[in-house]
Amino acid sequence: MDNKTNTIIKIEHLSKSFGDKVVLNDINLDIRRGEFITLLGPSGCGKTTLLRMIAGFLKPDSGAIVMDGNNITEVPPHLRPLNTVFQRYALFPHLNVYENIAFGLKLNKVPAQEIETRIRKALRMVSMTDYEDRDVNSLSGGQQQRVAIARAIVNRPKVLLLDEPLAALDLKMRKDMQMELKQMHQELGITFIYVTHDQEEALTLSDTVVVMSDGKIQQIGTPIDIYNEPINSFVADFIGESNILNGTMAHDLEVEFIGHTFECVDKGFGSNAPVDVVVRPEDIYIIANAENAKFTGTVKSCIFKGVHYEMFVETDKGYELMIQDYNAFEVGSTVGMFIKPSDIHVMQKERICNTFEGRMTSPTTVEILGAEFECADCGLKEGDNIYASVNFNRVELQDNKEDGTVMGEVEFILYKGNHYHLTVLTDDGEKVYVDTNDIWDKGDLVGISISASDLHITKRV
Amino acid sequence: MKLFKSYRRSNWAIPYALFLAIFVALPLLLIVIFAFTDNSGEFSMQNFIKFVTQPEAVNTFIYSIGIALVTTFLCILLGYPAAYILSNKNLNRSQTAVMLFILPMWINILVRTLATVALFDFIHIPLGEGALMFGMVYNFLPFMIYPIYNTLQKMDHSLIEAAQDLGAKPSTVFWKVTVPLSMPGITSGIMMVFMPTISTFAIAELLTMNNIKLFGTTIQENINNGMWNYGAALSLIMLVIIGITSLFSDGDEQSQNEGGLL
Repeated sequence: MDNKTNTIIKIEHLSKSFGDKVVLNDINLDIRRGEFITLLGPSGCGKTTLLRMIAGFLKPDSGAIVMDGNNITEVPPHLRPLNTVFQRYALFPHLNVYENIAFGLKLNKVPAQEIETRIRKALRMVSMTDYEDRDVNSLSGGQQQRVAIARAIVNRPKVLLLDEPLAALDLKMRKDMQMELKQMHQELGITFIYVTHDQEEALTLSDTVVVMSDGKIQQIGTPIDIYNEPINSFVADFIGESNILNGTMAHDLEVEFIGHTFECVDKGFGSNAPVDVVVRPEDIYIIANAENAKFTGTVKSCIFKGVHYEMFVETDKGYELMIQDYNAFEVGSTVGMFIKPSDIHVMQKERICNTFEGRMTSPTTVEILGAEFECADCGLKEGDNIYASVNFNRVELQDNKEDGTVMGEVEFILYKGNHYHLTVLTDDGEKVYVDTNDIWDKGDLVGISISASDLHITKRV
Repeated sequence: MKLFKSYRRSNWAIPYALFLAIFVALPLLLIVIFAFTDNSGEFSMQNFIKFVTQPEAVNTFIYSIGIALVTTFLCILLGYPAAYILSNKNLNRSQTAVMLFILPMWINILVRTLATVALFDFIHIPLGEGALMFGMVYNFLPFMIYPIYNTLQKMDHSLIEAAQDLGAKPSTVFWKVTVPLSMPGITSGIMMVFMPTISTFAIAELLTMNNIKLFGTTIQENINNGMWNYGAALSLIMLVIIGITSLFSDGDEQSQNEGGLL
């Protein structure tokens, strides 16, 4: 099939800011006809904003949404051939179940006889037959959600938008509804665009998962691709459990991490290139006999998780790994471990040090991150534009936010086996990456300081 | 010590119960007793017969209800758009604008009415029925705006989006969703405006130079002139009318839960 008929919605260079905050940053996405596509990401990543733009409730600052070849960016929501299932159901409290579902059909002047049959069919589809005359306020959360779904699909939209529809339901109900939604998608054959922050839900339901963070698309792929081949450490950390470690690609098919050299299946990174290595906890084989193992370690904790045991093991070189196995190993015992080459996933590092743009304010001071830092004299004069770089582990964080040169908030924390890799957002919205052994929490306010000798200045032209 | 033993928390309600008994229940009882007796204290329906057979009193009564209905209608007509604009985040973000509409409620009704009289006098607008209508609407408009504003503000915005999503154009959204969902506020507003307007007399006296009599005026005149029994009967009739209006809004359970001011 050629691209024109296969793509139902094309999103081109979509951007949106609320005040200073960029919520969507140049989003490009093709949605195929009939697919179940999920926008996945932590809260505040822009996924709901994107969905609301597709529905027409929000206008983008720039960019376009094209549906079936028509630019619908400026089309008001009531004229778009799609329907939404809202997070908190949004059923009309002054109408009963039947009237709620009939709302859209009556507006479209569908004959009364047909309304009747279509509503019955929709109610059967969501297993809510005989609930027509019920007051919507008397229904349980799950039942209200079913009515909300019926109210949307009864209009036979080309695309169904679902905004975290199962978020308010309890676990058991959510699992049941997931299966029903998947079945409904197959029966209806229409495109589903689903928004969730629950990675497991996204993997279970979708044909395509779009992982979003900070208003950008991080990765688009099938659930299997996203899980097995995460493109960066954010995706690896967000989807499922993982051990994310610093490594060095010695040369093709050989990577060094946790102090050992492993055979792997990745190539094309060059030699001695710094990389991120991802190993899923279920992909580390653990045995009691330490002698023949690739590397050894000591079990630090072992927790029963139902199907498997989750263990934290400290390796011989002092790295901590999460391992999932069907067998329990005693805490304190020495164990041996293996990793298969195909289970080692190597990713390009996004950056190897912090780099900031700034300018000299005197031969020994530099303005970066909206504040003045001292630096070693490198022969540059006041007013010169520069790049300042600093290694991750040379940035110091202070408990008392006034003690640092600039203030920041801990935005994202990644455990790298023997240290934490933090993303700290400064007051002017720049990101500082920090390697530290100290334990910080997300949202902590910190002071950031960098000593003069750790700041490397190069001239910017 | 006995005092402490018999201590119950419900005893705290005694002052309030006494207050209600003396200032609410007893006067109501007296109104009923006076209404159904004659000057000598004998049981009699004479007061009601007098009301029904006196065209003047009946006419004043009907006229008063008419004025109250028109006032209420005008208040909805003016108050709903005002409340809608005030509660709409795209049109109004300031709390000050809301305050400006509510502020007149804090000033004594007589002071406001006297000011209106002075103003009309100053710009040479004759007092009379027109001035009366103006005064009524001016005085009671905030009581209509506030409950409607309250319900509109509390309304779940996703319901409006849901209606748009299902294909409703803005005017349809307004009539099929916004208005039905703000009914508790409208009911509340009607009660806040209609009931007091029936019994108003000060506004009518001041703004029409005593030329137009409302039912409240008739009651006041009778009581002032020592016709306690007849005055009580007229009051009772008015209370029944007010009671009937309140029944209309009681029927809707929703209005109790989500209602505005009441």
